Amino acid sequence: MSHRGSRVLRLDALARVEGEAALQLAVRDGTVAEARLRVYEPPRFFEAFLVGRGHGEPPDITSRICGICPVAYQMTACQAIERACGVTVDGPLARLRRLLYYGEWIESQSLHIHLLHAPDFLGCPSAVELAREHRAAVERGLRIKQAGNAIMEQLGGRAIHPVNVRVGGFYRVPAPAELAPLAERLRRAHDDALATVQWVASFDFPDATYDGPFLAMRDPGRYAIDSGTPAVMAAGAGSDAAAPVRALPVEEFERHVVERQVPHSTALVSELDGHHYLTGSLARYAVSGRWLHPSALDAAREAGLGDPATGRVCRNPFRSIIVRAVEVAHAVAEALRIIDAYEPPARPYLAVPPRPATGRAATEAPRGLLYHRYAMDADGTLTLARIVPPTAQNQAAIEYDLRRQVQSRLDGPGEPPGDEELTSLCERAVRNHDPCISCSAHFLDLTVERG
Amino acid sequence: MEPDPRPSLAVWKFASCDGCQLTLLDCEDELLPLTDRVRITHFLEMSSAEDSREPATLAGTGPYDLSLVEGSITTVEDVRRIHHIRRISRRLVTIGACATAGGIQALRNFADVEEFRAAVYASPEYIATLDTSTPISAQVPVDFELRGCPIDRGQLLEVLTAFLAGRKPNISSHSVCFECKRRGTTCITVAQGVPCLGPVTHAGCGALCPAYGRGCYGCFGPMATPNLEAMVRELRHDGMTERDIVRVFRTFNAASPEYGPVPGLAAQEAPGTPAEEGPR
Repeated sequence: MSHRGSRVLRLDALARVEGEAALQLAVRDGTVAEARLRVYEPPRFFEAFLVGRGHGEPPDITSRICGICPVAYQMTACQAIERACGVTVDGPLARLRRLLYYGEWIESQSLHIHLLHAPDFLGCPSAVELAREHRAAVERGLRIKQAGNAIMEQLGGRAIHPVNVRVGGFYRVPAPAELAPLAERLRRAHDDALATVQWVASFDFPDATYDGPFLAMRDPGRYAIDSGTPAVMAAGAGSDAAAPVRALPVEEFERHVVERQVPHSTALVSELDGHHYLTGSLARYAVSGRWLHPSALDAAREAGLGDPATGRVCRNPFRSIIVRAVEVAHAVAEALRIIDAYEPPARPYLAVPPRPATGRAATEAPRGLLYHRYAMDADGTLTLARIVPPTAQNQAAIEYDLRRQVQSRLDGPGEPPGDEELTSLCERAVRNHDPCISCSAHFLDLTVERG
Repeated sequence: MEPDPRPSLAVWKFASCDGCQLTLLDCEDELLPLTDRVRITHFLEMSSAEDSREPATLAGTGPYDLSLVEGSITTVEDVRRIHHIRRISRRLVTIGACATAGGIQALRNFADVEEFRAAVYASPEYIATLDTSTPISAQVPVDFELRGCPIDRGQLLEVLTAFLAGRKPNISSHSVCFECKRRGTTCITVAQGVPCLGPVTHAGCGALCPAYGRGCYGCFGPMATPNLEAMVRELRHDGMTERDIVRVFRTFNAASPEYGPVPGLAAQEAPGTPAEEGPR
C-alpha cells in the first residue's frame, strides 16, 4: 500500500491495557488527519449514584471504579471527605496509609512493566511468550508484584478492594510483629526492583518526545504520592531540561482542568487551560525526581534517565518503563523505611463527624493524578461527587502523542510503513501511557446538570 | 503441526472494574505453571496475540473450553456479545458480583437512567446504555457463578482446577458466619454490637472484615437461604437506621433478588425503637 492517498486504520480492541478501548487513525496524503482513542467501556455512573450516599461510603464505593488502583480511589476519597469535615489524619496513621498506597504502587507498576509493557520491547504478544525467553525476569517481576500485594493483604485485608480502609484511618491497625514478615519480603524485593531497573534500561527505545506540560503532586522533600499540592511543569522545548513549575492548588483545580465530552468516547477528555497535558510517571519524575529515595535515584542515574537533581527530566514516553521501575524501587525502599520505624498509632482511626461542606483532594494513582470532590449536607449525605481520573486527563495527550509518532514515522527515511507496522506503533504509543480505561469511562460531570 | 492438547481458556470483560480478571494475574505463583496446563487463547488484558482481539468484533470463532466472564450487561451491543460468547464457549463461568448480580452499576435499576446519563454527560445522546445492569445469567445459561467483589483468588484457582478435572467446583454456599468460626474470630456482633451482614452473606472471602474489626458489608452477595427478616431486626438492634440498612444492602450486589424485601423490612419499625427480642 502506498503512503499517498487516504487510508484509515482501525484497531477494534487494544490489548494489554486495563479496560477496553479502540483506536482510529486516518492518514491523508502522508499526513495524519486524525488519531482517536475511542473508549467504549460502558459507563457505570459512579458520580450519579454517589449522591444520596453517606459520607463514610466513598472509599468502598469508589474503589470499585478500578480493580487495579482501588487504594488510589480509597485514599483520595478519604482525604477529600476528611477535608470537608475539617479533620487531618497525620502521624503514624498517615504513614500506614502511605504504606498501603506503596503496596498498590509496587503491585500495579510491576504488573504494567512485566505483563503489559515489556512484551512490546521484546517482540512478544504476552508475558507468557516473554517468559519462555526471559523466565527469570518475568518471575522476578511477579515476585515484586507479589510483595506489593502482600502489603495490601496485610494492611488492607486483600489486594483488590481492601476492606480495612475507612474515613479517618483504618478499622484495625497492625502490631509491629505483623509487619515483620513484610520487611523480609521487601528486602528481597528491593534487590529485585534494582535488577528490574537495569533490565528495562537495556531495552531499545525509539526516539520520541512528549513536549506538553506535566501535572503531578508536589511536596518539596518528598516524592509526592499522597501529600502536597498539584503542580504544573510548563511545556518543554523538546530538550530534557526541566521547565518552570507552578502550583495548582486543589481548590483551583477545576477552574484550570476542564473536562469536555467527545462523541467518540465514554471518557470525558480533560484540558489544562485549554491544552493537553500529561500526568503519571513521566510527570512525577519531572516534578519530584530529585526527592526519590537515594537507592532509586542512583538506579535512575545508572539507567541513563538523566539526573533529576540537576534539572533533567525524561520526555520520551517509551522510557516511562524505566521511570516505573525506578518508582517501584523507591516505593519498596520507602515502604521498608515505614515498617522499620513503625509504632502503632494510639487509635486506629479519628472520628470524622459530618458537617455541611465541600472537600477536595488529589493523590498520585500509579497512572497519574486522581482528583475527587465531594459536597455533603449536615448529616453527611452526599449532595455532589466529582472524580477526575488520570486516564481521562491523559486522553488528549495520548492522542497528540499518537499523531506525532505516526507523523514522525511517515516523514522518516526508509520504506513507507504498512498498516501492520502503523497499528503496532499506535498500540505501543498508547501502552506507554498505561491507560486505565475502566476508570476513565465512569466519569460524569454533575456540574452539567445545573447548566 | 501437532494439535495443542491443552484446553483453551478465554477471559471476557463487560461493565466492570477489571478487578476479577486481575485476580487471575494476581496468582503470581500459579500463573506460569497454569499456562503449561491451559492455553490462554483470549485474554485481552494479558495478550496482544491475534486471537485476543476477536471479542470486540464478534469475529471470534472459538470454541473455547472454558470462558470466564467478568462484568454486567449494560448495553445492547453487550447483549449481542454475550450471546456470541456463549455460542463459542463449552463452559461459561461468571467471575464476580458484576457478572453474577449486576454489580454496583445495578444501582441504576433503582433510579431513572435518563437522569443518570444527563447528570453525567453533557451530550447524553452519544452514550448508548440500557436502563438496567443485569447479570450474565439474565441473558444466557451459565455453568457456574463465582461470587465476590472481588472474587477470592483461592476460589478462582479451585474453579479452574475443577473444570480442568471435569468435576464440580467445591465452593460452599453457606454464610460468612461459618468462616468466622473456622478462622476463630470472636463474633463482633455478639461481643461488640457491631452491625454485620455475615449471617446472610455468601462465604468465600474467608471472613475478612470481622477479622479486621469491621462488620461484613456483603460484598459476596446473599448466601443460599438468607433470613433477611431476622437480619434486618438484628441490624436495627445494633444501631442501624432504616436508611443505613437500605444503603448497606444497596451496594455491590444491589440487584440480587434475595435482597428485594429489605426496604420493606427496614421500613417496618420506626427508627429509634430497637427490637427487644434481638438474637443475642
